[in-house]
Amino acid sequence: MEQRNKLLLLGDQAIALGAIHAGISGVYAYPGTPSTDITEFIQESPIAKARGLHSSWCTNEKTAMEAALGVSYVGKRALVCMKHVGMNVCADAFVNSAITGVNGGIVVLAADDPSMHSSQNEQDSRFYGKFALIPTLEPSSQQEAYDMMEEAFRLSEEMKLPVLMRIVTRLAHSRAAVAVKEEFSEVTTTGRPSAATDWVLLPAIARRRYLEVIAEQPQLEKLAETSPYNLFSPAREAGRAKRGIIACGIGYNYVMENYPDGCPFPLLKLSQYPLPKEKIATLAEQCDEILVVEDGQPFVEEQLVGVLPSRFVVKGRLSGDLPRTGELDPDNVKQALGLPSHEVYAPAQNMVPRPPALCNGCGHRDVYEALNKVAAEYPDAKIFGDIGCYTLGALPPFRSLSSCVDMGASITMAKGAADAGQFPAIAVIGDSTFTHSGMTGLLDAVNDKANITVIISDNLTTAMTGGQDSAGTNKFEAICLGLGVEPEHVRVVVPLPKNMEEITRILREEINYNGVSVIIPRRECIQTLNRKLKQKRASKSEN
Amino acid sequence: MKTDIILSGVGGQGILSVAMIIGEAATRKGLTLKQAEVHGMSQRGGDVQSNLRLSEGPIASDLIPLGQADMILSLEPLEALRYLPYLAKDGWIITSSAPFKNIPNYPDEADLFAELNAQPHVVALDVETLAKENNVAKSANVVLLGAAAAFLKILDVETLRKSVGAIFAAKGAAVIEANNRAFDIGLEYVKRLNPSAL
Repeated sequence: MEQRNKLLLLGDQAIALGAIHAGISGVYAYPGTPSTDITEFIQESPIAKARGLHSSWCTNEKTAMEAALGVSYVGKRALVCMKHVGMNVCADAFVNSAITGVNGGIVVLAADDPSMHSSQNEQDSRFYGKFALIPTLEPSSQQEAYDMMEEAFRLSEEMKLPVLMRIVTRLAHSRAAVAVKEEFSEVTTTGRPSAATDWVLLPAIARRRYLEVIAEQPQLEKLAETSPYNLFSPAREAGRAKRGIIACGIGYNYVMENYPDGCPFPLLKLSQYPLPKEKIATLAEQCDEILVVEDGQPFVEEQLVGVLPSRFVVKGRLSGDLPRTGELDPDNVKQALGLPSHEVYAPAQNMVPRPPALCNGCGHRDVYEALNKVAAEYPDAKIFGDIGCYTLGALPPFRSLSSCVDMGASITMAKGAADAGQFPAIAVIGDSTFTHSGMTGLLDAVNDKANITVIISDNLTTAMTGGQDSAGTNKFEAICLGLGVEPEHVRVVVPLPKNMEEITRILREEINYNGVSVIIPRRECIQTLNRKLKQKRASKSEN
Repeated sequence: MKTDIILSGVGGQGILSVAMIIGEAATRKGLTLKQAEVHGMSQRGGDVQSNLRLSEGPIASDLIPLGQADMILSLEPLEALRYLPYLAKDGWIITSSAPFKNIPNYPDEADLFAELNAQPHVVALDVETLAKENNVAKSANVVLLGAAAAFLKILDVETLRKSVGAIFAAKGAAVIEANNRAFDIGLEYVKRLNPSAL
């Protein structure tokens, strides 16, 4: 039997190790909670270092997806990782990657965040898998996540399609013991050339490829029917059951938590899509109604229910048996199963929320201090925000921001507002978010000579997700000049209380300039600075 | 046997190190373990919690159901009370008594402690002062772990003490010694307070 070592791993780490053990050539990713730890694990992995696997951060999810396509083109395997909203950023490349098909295996890992612990929406990435007509995997445990990775790459190369693996926060950020292989694959290559007749998506080729991908769908369904991850267990007692259960991904764990002695109902554990229709039909024949337990949106439930009335009763998030929004937990699943709830203590009386806040000593604080001071001098200043630690500037004590929508929207919303007569129109964007999706918007503004003031609050890192390298570090002035911002309107300041007078003066000057100005307050993130100082002290005391 | 623990505190206080030590001990003893953590935005001075589940058998859910936690282990008193509905009726609250006030509307301390102390099974100790007085100021979280050790039936005290050493092994003998001392300070505190718990 194959030798296995047990390691205590986060779901993210199990995925990372699974991908290394599946022989990837590299990981391509942009940081985003709850996916960040995957790439960080590969960056620190001794095997990955010895193999020279690519693991540096990409500028955004689209560049990551496209680079992975290049890896695949030459016959090697690549992992692409992102949080769910990153799927929107890479959607163009992602959907088209099913049409080109793949040569070396590609696994796209989307980490969804139901309940929005650290996100702007709770979109369910399984829809993207269906939309692109590719196989989708949804592991239910850390062990399954590790085991599935090898299978996912094999499946990708077998079907010549990218494979989507969808996880949720509670799998990504939960630790469990994982049995890992002691002997595993070298960096693999298919040894096949890629053909321009597949990869050049001119309409004539794309039409042919689209038909080919559609023709593969019955095979994808067949694979889901026979997948070892889609397990059907019949009812404990013979005869028709009152209820059947379809439990997707980690939803399975919450069902089993409520049946420690085994589930009494027929149960389909679902971890591979497209839907295995025959298995679902078998389940439906054995019960009066089906409860669908799925984290995220009612992806399976909607497909079962359809539009017209049906003789089958399907319950889940749409029917209201499970909450329509927010993540699953053992308690809302218990309620949906109709089991009695535990006696619990009432919530404490002396209770207030403790929202996150900008760190003490953080440079963003000085930026908002200055912005609030200057904005108050105008009757109707609007400050458009963006995604990062500095979004916390929307909360007390600053309450500076009028908006925060998606990566890069600060600049383009300020531009649109200015086009429509807003003055002053100010954008606040972080350094990493600016290179992710702000640069193109800045070019729009320059080309239209929009009357906006852009603050690129540069803390030299991707701070929100824990201090990953930021793609544009040391390049911001050059980028802004290259995009056509006038040199005298690219200003750099150091956000410290002692510089408040200078910062507010420059803000006033640039707001009053009728055109595009960029102010770059630049000071290292207090978290990464402290970490570096700590490491320095530690290495000193060792010597 | 199984033990469910909710670890709580404020981002940056070090609850994840406490979880790591218990996790190391559980792994050493061959227990099954699941530990759900919080990463990302909430770490910036917001409330943080971790669900730590230990069992001699398999564990299904990564999250602890309402009313089933055997212990709330908290580095902050308000954060201990936040998870009250998760505590089993016979579960214990082991918490630091030092409020961490980084919000303007922190509840009145007298009201807060009246409510905390009205709970049937509570140990509240000022781990920061205890740590400072004993020259182990950086190990307040390990003092708290020492206090909890007396109540963690699924893990014996010696196994936990060994894991304190194992987690800090890379940091040198002085750090290990300080943390072992911190562990014993917490343990002794509870023994004096409540010998029947041991």
